[in-house]
Amino acid sequence: MRTRQRLGLLAPLAAFLLVFFALPLLWLFSLAVREAEVPRALPRTLAVLATWAPEQPVPAAVFPAMAQDLAEARDAQTLADAARRLNYAINGVRSTLMRAAREVESAPAGSVFDAPFFAAIDPQLVTPDFMAAVRAARGPVSGFYLLGALDLQQSATGAIERTPPDQRIYLDVLGRTVGISAAVTLICLLAGFPVAALLTQVQGRTADWLMALVMLPFWTSLLVRTAAWVVLLQREGLINSALMRLGLLAEPLELIYNRTGVLIAMSHVLLPFMILPLYGVLKEIPANTLRAAASLGAPPHVRFFRVYLPLAAPGIAAGALMVFILALGYYITPALVGGGGDQMLSYFVAKYTMETGNWGLAAALGLVLLVTTMALYALAHRLSGGRTAAIG
Amino acid sequence: MQAKRLIPLAVAAVTLGAATLAVQARDLTVVSWGGAYQDGQKEVYFKPFNATGTKLLDEAWDGGLGVLRTKIKGGSNTWDVVQVESDELEVGCDEGLYEKLDVAKIGGANRYLDGAVHACGVGAIIYNLVLAYDGDKLKAAPNGWADFFDTQKIPGKRAIRNGAKWNLEIALIADGVKAADVYKVLATPAGVDRAFKKLDTIKKDLVYWKSGAQPPQMLAAGDVVMTTAYNGRVTAANDKDKKNFKMVWKDTPYTMDSWVIMKGTPNKADAEKLLEFMGRAENQAKLPKYIRYGVTNRDATKQIDPSLMGDLPTNPANLSQAFPDNAKFWIDNIDKMTERWNKWAATN
Repeated sequence: MRTRQRLGLLAPLAAFLLVFFALPLLWLFSLAVREAEVPRALPRTLAVLATWAPEQPVPAAVFPAMAQDLAEARDAQTLADAARRLNYAINGVRSTLMRAAREVESAPAGSVFDAPFFAAIDPQLVTPDFMAAVRAARGPVSGFYLLGALDLQQSATGAIERTPPDQRIYLDVLGRTVGISAAVTLICLLAGFPVAALLTQVQGRTADWLMALVMLPFWTSLLVRTAAWVVLLQREGLINSALMRLGLLAEPLELIYNRTGVLIAMSHVLLPFMILPLYGVLKEIPANTLRAAASLGAPPHVRFFRVYLPLAAPGIAAGALMVFILALGYYITPALVGGGGDQMLSYFVAKYTMETGNWGLAAALGLVLLVTTMALYALAHRLSGGRTAAIG
Repeated sequence: MQAKRLIPLAVAAVTLGAATLAVQARDLTVVSWGGAYQDGQKEVYFKPFNATGTKLLDEAWDGGLGVLRTKIKGGSNTWDVVQVESDELEVGCDEGLYEKLDVAKIGGANRYLDGAVHACGVGAIIYNLVLAYDGDKLKAAPNGWADFFDTQKIPGKRAIRNGAKWNLEIALIADGVKAADVYKVLATPAGVDRAFKKLDTIKKDLVYWKSGAQPPQMLAAGDVVMTTAYNGRVTAANDKDKKNFKMVWKDTPYTMDSWVIMKGTPNKADAEKLLEFMGRAENQAKLPKYIRYGVTNRDATKQIDPSLMGDLPTNPANLSQAFPDNAKFWIDNIDKMTERWNKWAATN
């Protein structure tokens, strides 16, 4: 009875999460493997190609089928999606296909749609490479986007190989994302630990004020804080002009549009997520453990490393994991204060979702990021002996 | 027992919530680029149109075909008239995201400049990506893209947009390619290599901007000595913040943004009325006072205050030095070029 009651209380939240979180997420990730565009637009072409292997000559029967598909798909407005999908595999084929469809429709009655007809539009259209690209997108699922997100591709013969060097970017970006997140976590820990420790020492008004100072940035919009950092860090910004006026610098420092700016701004934005869990753990450490250590003759550094730090470890683990995981998904801050080499994986997810509309690749990159995050979380969980479960 | 009663309630609540998100009868909504530009549009188009009796709301967006596709294919579109860039016009039209344009209802094709009327849209503004610098700080004026790439002659940081589009063109021009031949050269792999090689020469002095509002800020902050920028943003900074930013028009790409009507809108007739209103010469002629973008009505230019003409993309003196952006090239090549650009920008 009690269990059922509890389940009932959870039902609205569970239903909400299912409808607005789990299902959309599943749908989104299905985009990473789904191949719907080409089968919808070119069914007859695919039917002919089903028995064809890329080593063989292109069958003549494919061309009339393609002509019929192109004309119908153009009328049904499904051709543009298919052409966009094929353009990911063969650069420039998008407009060639759209043009071919127009030519087919405007061809005089009785025209023969054979290889020479399509070769006259663009020789590319009769090549085995083009047919192989069409066939590779036959659906219902393929690893095209997922491979792409890992800088891999499938050759015409089906072998998996690395993409050409000038297109290999996502593994670098993934490494960079993890690297920046780790650096931000370390900075937050070094800057946040003393603050959290101080918070446990002070009382009354001072404690309230200190807490308010920690929380204030927490309540400010992310965008506002990032914009404020742009003002502070720029070449003639407050920091540089103050340092130069004090005579500490002859030339302004390059603080923005590079990695330095990203680390400063992201650490600031994420600092409260380190301080708060840390404070929660530190304030529970009984003061008499340190006094006991002192009375037994332990000097300050031994007291810190042998007593205080081990007791603080769960807080450090929780705070570090929180900051690290949040940092993995950042993109607005690096986009505004970073340079070309500081953009993180989410930047590309956003770019492909909103700008170019390559949802398959966006979903695949999102999946890569999610799997990476979960793997790192599992690793942290393992290494810390399960102490991080508290925030999971 | 309570639990049992809660479950259907929860399901009902969620379903109801989802149902209310579905489309309802709504006011005509126009969507543009925000900022100083949309403030100007409000004064010359949106407010006067509201006064004619059709209620009009305006919103802002940052572009992106993905956004429009979500609205149409997701079935919860709330926009009627949207300003889009040339590649979004072309691809969105093929994908069926827009209504086909009945040009007779918006004043007829003869009313607009050549190339401004498309199957799915009508031109809104014409603008250039110019070379901009601060006239108060930079004494030796740059004289074109070759100087932009000459760090000996003009030392210091330069800003360009973080993306391949238009940066490859200006790199080739700086390398000696004639503006008229730029897309011919870019169509070959060797031409693309050449553009990236030219960009390599100034890579360590480059910073990147993302939104059109950034270049004037970077100039004002002294972060860069020169930048590429949308011409309207530059003069807006001069007008508003009393800056002395200068522009070089030679060999700069220009392009046209267009108005489209979103597919399946219940307000199609009102949307056409709005396009007709915004296409009138006397209305368009008032826009450059707020932001220096060229307009698309053939007769509008004659009615524009001559003192504003110097900074207008449609001023023949500027237009004759510029070259048109090739939307088709970028639609075909944006995926591969974007990958290559990102790879290039990320390595030193």
